Amino acid sequence: MLFVPCPNCGPRNASDMSYGGEAHSRPDPKAASQKEWRTYLYLRDNPSGWLKENWYCSSGCRKHFQLERHTLTGELRNPPLPGSKTAGGGS
Amino acid sequence: MSHRLPAGSGEVIDRSKSISFSWNGKKLKGFQGDTIASALMANGEHIMGRSMKYKRPRGVLTADFWDPNTTVQVGDEPNVRAGHRKLAEGMNVSAQNVWPSLKFDVGAANGLVGRYLTAGFYYKTFMKPAFMWPKYEAVLAKFAPGGKVDLGTPHGYYDKRYMHPDVVVAGGGPAGLSAATAAANAGASVILLDHENAAGGHLLWGSDEDRAAAADLITAAEAAGVEILENTTVTGRYEDNWISIVQRSHDISMERLIKARAKVLVVAAGTIERPYVFAGNDIPGVMTSGAVRRLINMYGVKPGTKAVVLTANESGDGAADDLRRAGVDVTVVDAREGKTIASASGSKTRVSKVGLSDGTSIECDLVVTAVGWTAPTSLLNMAGDRPVYDPAAARFFPGTPPDNVIATGGISGDGTRDELIAHGAATGELAAARAAATRHRIQAATARAEAVEGSEPELPADNRTPLGRDAHPELHRSSTHGIVDYSEDVGSKDLFGAAAEGFDSVELIKRFTTATMGPSQGKLETVNTVAVLAEARGETIAEVGTTVWRPPYAPVTLGALGGRIFEPVRVSSIQPWHEANNSTPILAGQWVRPEHYGDPQGEVRNTRTNVGITDVTPLGKLDLQGPDVPKLLSQLYTNKWMKLPIGSVRYGIMCAEDGVVLDDGVTARLGEEHYLMTTTSSGAGTIWNWVENWLQTEHPDWQVHCTPVTTGLTSINIAGPNSRELLGRLVDDIDLDPEGFKYMQVRTGTIAGVENCIVWRIGFTGELSYEIHVPSAYGLHVWNTLLEKGKDLGVAPFGLEAQRVMRLEKGHFIVGQDTDGLSKVPTTGMISLLKLDKDDWAGMTETAWALDAPYPVIVAVQPTDPNVVPEEACQILREGTKEIVGRITSSRYSPTLERSICLAQVSQEFASPGTTLTVLLVNGERITAKVMEHHAHFDPEGERLRG
Repeated sequence: MLFVPCPNCGPRNASDMSYGGEAHSRPDPKAASQKEWRTYLYLRDNPSGWLKENWYCSSGCRKHFQLERHTLTGELRNPPLPGSKTAGGGS
Repeated sequence: MSHRLPAGSGEVIDRSKSISFSWNGKKLKGFQGDTIASALMANGEHIMGRSMKYKRPRGVLTADFWDPNTTVQVGDEPNVRAGHRKLAEGMNVSAQNVWPSLKFDVGAANGLVGRYLTAGFYYKTFMKPAFMWPKYEAVLAKFAPGGKVDLGTPHGYYDKRYMHPDVVVAGGGPAGLSAATAAANAGASVILLDHENAAGGHLLWGSDEDRAAAADLITAAEAAGVEILENTTVTGRYEDNWISIVQRSHDISMERLIKARAKVLVVAAGTIERPYVFAGNDIPGVMTSGAVRRLINMYGVKPGTKAVVLTANESGDGAADDLRRAGVDVTVVDAREGKTIASASGSKTRVSKVGLSDGTSIECDLVVTAVGWTAPTSLLNMAGDRPVYDPAAARFFPGTPPDNVIATGGISGDGTRDELIAHGAATGELAAARAAATRHRIQAATARAEAVEGSEPELPADNRTPLGRDAHPELHRSSTHGIVDYSEDVGSKDLFGAAAEGFDSVELIKRFTTATMGPSQGKLETVNTVAVLAEARGETIAEVGTTVWRPPYAPVTLGALGGRIFEPVRVSSIQPWHEANNSTPILAGQWVRPEHYGDPQGEVRNTRTNVGITDVTPLGKLDLQGPDVPKLLSQLYTNKWMKLPIGSVRYGIMCAEDGVVLDDGVTARLGEEHYLMTTTSSGAGTIWNWVENWLQTEHPDWQVHCTPVTTGLTSINIAGPNSRELLGRLVDDIDLDPEGFKYMQVRTGTIAGVENCIVWRIGFTGELSYEIHVPSAYGLHVWNTLLEKGKDLGVAPFGLEAQRVMRLEKGHFIVGQDTDGLSKVPTTGMISLLKLDKDDWAGMTETAWALDAPYPVIVAVQPTDPNVVPEEACQILREGTKEIVGRITSSRYSPTLERSICLAQVSQEFASPGTTLTVLLVNGERITAKVMEHHAHFDPEGERLRG
């Protein structure tokens, strides 16, 4: 099981967290075409390699944060710095 | 006990403690410390089971955990490993897989028709015609291996344990023990697991000096603070050194599943002796040198009287010495001189003759083989390592495991006892140093941990002096065909056949023939399978490669996996009253709630006539404070929230971003910047997460504090014509006058002497009703006061069922019951709550698009026959056809209307009031039902709740 570095709690079991899938930004709902909106809802890159993704420390501090995971090796990198107030990764 | 040797210095049995047990009904005796197999051997019982497919008699092969054909039934426990399980007083042991008996097995006839039972026969023979499969299955089931499962067996207690050790050492031989000690002495927290009944590894069946060294190593490890668990298997290694361990030696727990997050895993799994493939290699009396050495030295058992020992290494030489010491007549066949065994033969039950490669033959009752080693690299495989074959040493060695997995001992090379101990010590120091660096990294990555001093140490490089590799002849198969996989009954001929059929990949041939897929998980069979396939294809072992060993290292019982479940049970503060007052509990998510108190219909009638109170504590409650709460509510609900007056309550629906209805509930404005949001009971966790997500990711600039208060407040709904009168008796600082405190308003104040309570007027049941939220420490007090003060008003509690009936009478839909994973707001009929002129709300775009396409509609439905209550999920069909046009989503008998009432989802064509629907009942009968004008079956104008 992955050992996921929460910026508040430190590395914790992935089972302590909720996985939020691939990170992507939300289009402006007033401006988005149906195709853009449904791409945001349903289409994922699913790369073999580094993937920026959302995690939620649901059984701990309840921080939403992002980091990068290598889908082939399971390596994790660029979590927010410890104590960081933002959700984004360190890169 | 005719086969017991005189007492020896290394034995683990206690001859002063005799143990009685039975074997297939026969009374036998063994000693404390015996395994079931050693006790049976000592009693001259050397056939312990029959093989899976051909039903051939089988005996001891390895005399340890991996022994493939000695699984037995012990009392109500099937599949016990006789070579491993310690004998206990009164054990009722019987052979399994031997219908009708061990001595006479009709299945042995399979041996005669063996040519029809070749590899893949399941796939070929029984495939066609397909309609015959149930019959084939019934026949095959008789041949299925395994013991009897007694469904009446009481549940045992299986525990779990979580650990965060610096170093986990898998294997308690000389290298493992020495590594554990060195790591602990370097400051690491260390746990060492040994698969067998005692740590010590091969030293236990070696010389007196070996055993003395083992004892010293164990003493030193314990003194260094190493936790040693014996009879405990490391079953898996997962990402980031998440280690699963099954402990079979716990005092109370039948088995215990240990989950450890190790900073470093040291793999000291040793080696496993390979059997040799030749004709007759599975006749009872043919065994490995390790089996012989364990039986003689540890258990004082004489395994035969006249032995032929095929040896290619020290273990075979040692076995020959041990046998001579035990008074056995020994003939040595030295493989290092190019000699080998070609075949063995004998009666059904015992080997009697061995044919050698030079054409001569020798009479014997014991054949011992020492032809080399399998490195059990499973844990390294699970870490992503691919072992490398070395033909000069005739075995696989570790490749390049990741930095947090380090191999030591026999799995990584050969050495004397002292060399193994030295290699282990160097490994332990390396493991401790790497663990310290990892510990530093974890500490530094944890915001709230005490700050770590200094910069992160470099991950130490591996500078150990590697162990040597002894030259060893490659011995896998002789000139004849024999058994490769003893537990699956797969022979080398089967593998040749499969190769001829075109199975060229070892991964495919494994699945086709089932070789390596039995209870020993390839520990005995994998390398021979690879070698035979290489031979059949004219390739080298390195070219064929190995199968990938996946978890588990050894089979795990379902009990250990199921074990203790850490799911909390949630109850309200009123639960003690419910339990004392005849409530029938129902599990709703994690909550235990009263479903009813004996008469749900009576509870409905009393609430509609007098006044009822119900415990609705599981209702999700979020306390929201801050200047930007209205923005948050506007973002999450479909309707408008910017101008909700203080003291008001509003209903809202939430959607997911795909427009599907996510939740609904009411939110009250308690003060200038203070709101209380309620969610459905089942949605409480989801919506808390949903709120946090929007606040943290899309709108971190909004100033809102969100605090879940679901369990902090006990919630009671007081419903019925007398509810105002009842509540009035408990409050003095809240004015309940209907002109001052209207429907959909909220007040705060003191109830039954309890301050900081919240009261709102809403009407899920359709009655005049007040929902009160009181600090949970006083929940039971307020509940009791309501019952006490309302006696003359006819107050009585009602449960979840009565509440559901009343809400259905009022036609309120429940998210997740009347809506599903596709239902959007238009389906619910709440189109007036969609404010598409707002800048944004979750799910807005999809909801807007949904309005332009056909959608199913929730309608109230009444069956023509008022006494027929269709089951929920019954289909609604187009009359005279099988075309499904909808389904019943909620259905109950209404005690108020004295008829059946439903909600249903139907396509728009069938949604008009007055439409006659055809409902297909579970029993196949079709009934008619009518679509009603209003969702509410009862009081559609809402006069009662506004009164």
